[in-house]
Amino acid sequence: MVSAVFPLKVSGALTRHKGKVLVGPVDLELDGAGTCVVLGPNGSGKTTLLRMLHGIARLHGGTINWACGTEAARNAQAFVFQQPVMLRRSVLDNLIYPLRLRGVPRHEARQKAGEWAARAGLTGMLEREATVLSGGERQKLALARALMGDPALVFLDEPSASLDGRATREIEEILTTSSAAGTRFILATHDMGQARRLASRVIFLLAGKVHESGPAEAFFAGPITPEARAFLKGDIVE
Amino acid sequence: MVDLWQGLSQAFWLVITADETLVEIALRSLRITLSALVLACLIALPLAAFLAVRRFRYRRFVIAVLNALMGLPPVVVGLVVYILLSRSGPLGALGLLFTPTAMIIAQMIIIVPLIASIAHQSLRDLWHDYHDLLISMNVTQTQKMMTLLWDARRALLTAALAGFGRGIGEVGAIMIVGGNIDNVTRVLTTAIALETGKGQFSLALALGFVLIALALAVNLAIHGLSRTEREGRW
Ligand SMILES: Nc1ncnc2c1ncn2[C@@H]1O[C@H](COP(=O)(O)OP(=O)(O)OP(=O)(O)O)[C@@H](O)[C@H]1O
Ligand SMILES: [Mg+2]
Repeated sequence: MVSAVFPLKVSGALTRHKGKVLVGPVDLELDGAGTCVVLGPNGSGKTTLLRMLHGIARLHGGTINWACGTEAARNAQAFVFQQPVMLRRSVLDNLIYPLRLRGVPRHEARQKAGEWAARAGLTGMLEREATVLSGGERQKLALARALMGDPALVFLDEPSASLDGRATREIEEILTTSSAAGTRFILATHDMGQARRLASRVIFLLAGKVHESGPAEAFFAGPITPEARAFLKGDIVE
Repeated sequence: MVDLWQGLSQAFWLVITADETLVEIALRSLRITLSALVLACLIALPLAAFLAVRRFRYRRFVIAVLNALMGLPPVVVGLVVYILLSRSGPLGALGLLFTPTAMIIAQMIIIVPLIASIAHQSLRDLWHDYHDLLISMNVTQTQKMMTLLWDARRALLTAALAGFGRGIGEVGAIMIVGGNIDNVTRVLTTAIALETGKGQFSLALALGFVLIALALAVNLAIHGLSRTEREGRW
């Protein structure tokens, strides 16, 4: 079931807001293993693209085809938001929530939550209210909660935006381990170092359009477009 | 001023001697309002959750009506329930007029809009927070509502207590549909009205103090209970 979500074929996908095109038209094919990193300056549409692919932003045109069909794909996916959403309950109850929705017995879910809390460095916080966690802890909790349900694909929107070096490394370790175990990630970031460490494929967005897309080595070795080159060098691209 | 003191001391005596009539009336007050409250919550809370998560054409209109109904004059509710339950009314065959059941119905009608409106406000805010996550998790409509109701339980308690407050102090409607019959439908508020009418101010005041004490006690008890609850269900 894990790999059945891919290949993903996107053609002419487009999302608007009040007549203005936010992202698209996007043509894209995703296949193979690994992590796809979405790069681009602020406001280029990374979040919107992720939401559109996940199916929580309305599609105003074009098609998004998952190998296993939209409904099955949706249930095999999880989304970690740029601003993590904390349920107003304990850390433990946040972690087990996705499993409880599917009727997994509480004790089973708890055991798994314990394991994930340990991996995400949240041990000892299980009884705490999730809403009192720090920004970094919230992001770790959101990631752990997303992975609790064994999704085939996880969307990550700037997963280490408010994390310090150590927490970023912890999160990247989790991503690398899960990735090796077959979980796929589509990750938006503007942390170049992170992109280089994690990406097997890169999508470079500019002004709501896919400006350049391809294997990570090729992209980092030498992007074709001048805008992507400038972005890689750290220049400001409009 | 003398009346106030007399009322207070008489209330004190009535309470410590556990005056039989007083206890009976107070318990009836409590029973009727708590019954109305439970029934009202069973209607109002799911309704509020539904209005928070579900987009449908007349949603705004329904919410506006609900808000307006918060100010429903109890006497009018009493009158309508009276007409419905009276011998010749559509529900006359049930023989409910001048029974505690009729009073429960009337109070329920009065507090449902209040509880639903207050509950809807907090559930709507919570839904705003949760929206993306729950949509992303592809949860069912029922699961959405359950999640909101559970996570907003403290705010919902406040809504329920507001409902209780309105119910226990209400007199207009239950006077009409209950009839203030001794030993049957006389409650604290109707007894106060009666004693005041008879000029028995200190007794009326005494009953008033008991009423206030009762309302306070229920509020404290429910708050105390709510602090002991642990662990989510989901
Ligand atoms: N619901 C919306 N209504 C109006 N405009 C929107 C909406 N969502 C996004 N936009 C606009 O679409 C553009 C892309 O936004 P998006 O959040 O996808 O950018 P981003 O690449 O994720 O940026 P960042 O790096 O800052 O997170 C922005 O200009 C934003 O203002
Ligand atoms: Mg973004």
